[in-house]
Amino acid sequence: MALHFELVTPERLERSGEAHMVVVPGVEGDFGVMEGHAPFMTTLKNGQLEIHTSAGGEPERVTVSGGFAEVGANGLTVLTEKVEG
Amino acid sequence: MASLKALKGRINSVKSTQKITKAMKMVAAAKLRRAQANAEAGRPYATRLSDVVSSLASRITVGPQSPKLIAGTGKDETHLIIVASGDRGLAGAFNTNITKAARAKAEELIAEGKTVYFYLVGRKSKPVLRRVFPDTIIGEHDTSQEKNPSYDTAQVIADDIIDRFNSGRFDVAHLAYAEFKSTLSQVPQVDQLIPVKPADAGEETEGASAAVEYEPDEEAILADLLPKNVAIQIYRAMLENQAGFYGSQMTAMDNATRNAGDMINRLSIQYNRQRQAAITTELVEIISGAEAL
Repeated sequence: MALHFELVTPERLERSGEAHMVVVPGVEGDFGVMEGHAPFMTTLKNGQLEIHTSAGGEPERVTVSGGFAEVGANGLTVLTEKVEG
Repeated sequence: MASLKALKGRINSVKSTQKITKAMKMVAAAKLRRAQANAEAGRPYATRLSDVVSSLASRITVGPQSPKLIAGTGKDETHLIIVASGDRGLAGAFNTNITKAARAKAEELIAEGKTVYFYLVGRKSKPVLRRVFPDTIIGEHDTSQEKNPSYDTAQVIADDIIDRFNSGRFDVAHLAYAEFKSTLSQVPQVDQLIPVKPADAGEETEGASAAVEYEPDEEAILADLLPKNVAIQIYRAMLENQAGFYGSQMTAMDNATRNAGDMINRLSIQYNRQRQAAITTELVEIISGAEAL
């Protein structure tokens, strides 16, 4: 019952692990990804990525600038140029 | 025949040279490990991005309305060769090999009647290229002040190149760098950077990708990703170069250290022989002097 999630920057693989839900700042609006999400791809705007490790818990916020997100059979991959926090 | 004192001096000077090359070798080895780690850390992003770009590129039909970075300018006249070399020497044939590869490519293109320009990243390829192809260097980026290649630098270079491309300064861009195979082998490489070469048909991965939803649409995503792809390719070339440079420097300095060792041995033997010869002569003189009394 967990979503596999990877956050990648050109310099390194920033984070790789399991999460309950991740909210991603897409260009056409924020969207939440949970396990079993339909295949989806979008570019990102500068904004905050919210990582919910468990349901109802306080999310961890990471600032990302640009990039794109891909949801596939093996989870969510966020490619971004810069990560802060 | 050199005097004993002169020989001693030479031995000492070779010894201090050996100390320096040995130190440089060790420094290069340590830096190589860092550079290799950096190159590996950058790989996931580069592979994912190029996967996505090529899968997107195979899904859209390239037409005049497509982004220019993939469709090209419709011409094949002016070529830009981006030469990524090292900033420092003392690394064996590393810089020479990259420059040679770029030069061969340029000569091939010129023979086909194309115009060739250069854009340099790193200092070491400049003297040769400036001499062989005068007035063709339209831009350069000095990376000698930076310890490690950063993505920001690659981005700046990519923006500069894409600007020139959009203003129609060239039609095709190639990227020359050395691929890091191992410490002993760095293979100079000239890849086409712009326009993006379409992925080979039939290389389509999972059939499930047909159901992917795109937001905004494929073309818009592609237009956003292509400049990033240029930057990441340049960044990757810089990382490979960095690792290759230290690998090459390590090998070169290892050779130099070994040569210095050989030289010291040879000089020491010569020194000892001469010393013995001198002692023998002195003894003969003393003995014959004593006998004469």
